[in-house]
Amino acid sequence: MAPTPIERIERRGPRLLWPRRSSRLSEEGARGALIAAVSTVVVFGLLLVFVLRSDAWPAVQRQFFNWAHFKRSFPLVLDGFWLDVKLFLVAEVLILVIGLTVAMARSLRGPAFLPLRIITIGYIDLARGLPLLLLILLMGFGIPALRLPGVPNSALFWGVAALVFSYAAYTAEVYRAGIDSVHESQRMSARSIGLTQTQSLWHVVVPQAVRNVIPALLNGFVSLQKDVALVFVLGVREGLREADIYNARTFNYTSYIAAAVLFLLVSVPVARFTDWYTDRDRRRKQAMST
Amino acid sequence: MTTPKLSIRGVAKSFDGKEVLRSVDLDVATHQVVCLIGSSGSGKSTLLKCINLLLPVDGGEIVLDGVAITERGTNPNTVRQSMGIVFQAFNLFPHMRVIDNVTLGPRKAHRVPRAEAEEQARALLEQFGLLDKAGEYPDRLSGGEQQRVAIVRALVSKPGLMLLDEVTSALDPELVGEVLGVIRDLKAGGMTMVIATHEMGFARDVADVVCFLDGGVVLEQGPPAEILGRPQQPRTRQFLQRIVAAGRL
Repeated sequence: MAPTPIERIERRGPRLLWPRRSSRLSEEGARGALIAAVSTVVVFGLLLVFVLRSDAWPAVQRQFFNWAHFKRSFPLVLDGFWLDVKLFLVAEVLILVIGLTVAMARSLRGPAFLPLRIITIGYIDLARGLPLLLLILLMGFGIPALRLPGVPNSALFWGVAALVFSYAAYTAEVYRAGIDSVHESQRMSARSIGLTQTQSLWHVVVPQAVRNVIPALLNGFVSLQKDVALVFVLGVREGLREADIYNARTFNYTSYIAAAVLFLLVSVPVARFTDWYTDRDRRRKQAMST
Repeated sequence: MTTPKLSIRGVAKSFDGKEVLRSVDLDVATHQVVCLIGSSGSGKSTLLKCINLLLPVDGGEIVLDGVAITERGTNPNTVRQSMGIVFQAFNLFPHMRVIDNVTLGPRKAHRVPRAEAEEQARALLEQFGLLDKAGEYPDRLSGGEQQRVAIVRALVSKPGLMLLDEVTSALDPELVGEVLGVIRDLKAGGMTMVIATHEMGFARDVADVVCFLDGGVVLEQGPPAEILGRPQQPRTRQFLQRIVAAGRL
């Protein structure tokens, strides 16, 4: 007896129920796509009409979406924005390295490592417990004011240091969740072949841990990419500062929109990539467990 | 009288106040194969992990080649280099190819150059019929192959003692044979082994001494024919009856 379509699907396993279906179901899928397209166009079209026809729109357009101001402010903001990108890249590398070091230090066992664990826990509590803006002001203005010999005096340097100080603590906790997610037996068999504690962590646990927390790390990327703009309070002429200067001169807010566009251009692709990666990772794990 | 390869004296171990090993005494002579039997929770695995210093003992001592390895100040990394342990769940490193799984210990712990370590590893993999798997990742191998790789990984530093912890318990029945075959080969090569197992037929076959663990002590030990054929202790008889009833002997 020939199997019914449902039986055929069941035989291929539940994973295949969504991506590929029998012909009858894919017809339904095509109809579904059409409904989705029509409803999307209608809903967004109505929203657009509603906004553009409202009484407040001309004022909003003049203050926020003014093309002439956009054209004039965009190159200035872009110039400053490159500094944001550079700061982000430098800070991110430092954060990934320091965060991992802190997480590994916190994961070492045995009474000899107690002082190290106390220091890392103290650091993480401190860095996560303080508002980022406070840290930036305190370190960015405070430390240069001390005029310590042999210590950089630039507000920019200490602003980035504050970002790294704060973000590395969060990142250390992300790594630690990853380290804890690797089964104890992996550490045990690494020790059993003669590796030291640190070697076991570095060669066996950490590679698996990092793979488990890549989506969470990417999330941190998106967040940091925006937060670098906070160093503007130190007077650093990055993208947001340039937008602010333009606004102060013209009393028009379009320069902020130009800055917003630039930040979105970087963060949205990273966010989409994170979703794509997380999804792919989940599907691969499902495939492995069947 | 020669000194035994391994000597366990009054070893005790508790987890959160629960006594798993009360006072275990056991001698293993060089080239001898000792099978530990007993119900789940009788402390077989715990004892093996204590011998490998993966778990600290609470009392008693373990002497390997005349040296008390449970003494304060022993370097566990050095001790572990002279024995190999294989676990029930293989515990291969999933992010490394077979060859890297096998050479990681020699390269990092013994500082053997990569080329030399790989040459040794390939020779061993060939001996166990696994050479064609050297470049594969563990998840591409069958359970039996993974467990054989785990045995090779434990053997590569040329240990004088092998500890096997229910190495066939996680395998499909048709894959058990190939792993037991490897252990028979090891015995034929004169390897000293302590094996925790539920395979009574295999224990009868391969063991020089069968050792029944119950309630955290060695209740009875002797040649397999005696322990499995004419057990003296009522607890041993009870345990074996249940095994027979389950069709495992």
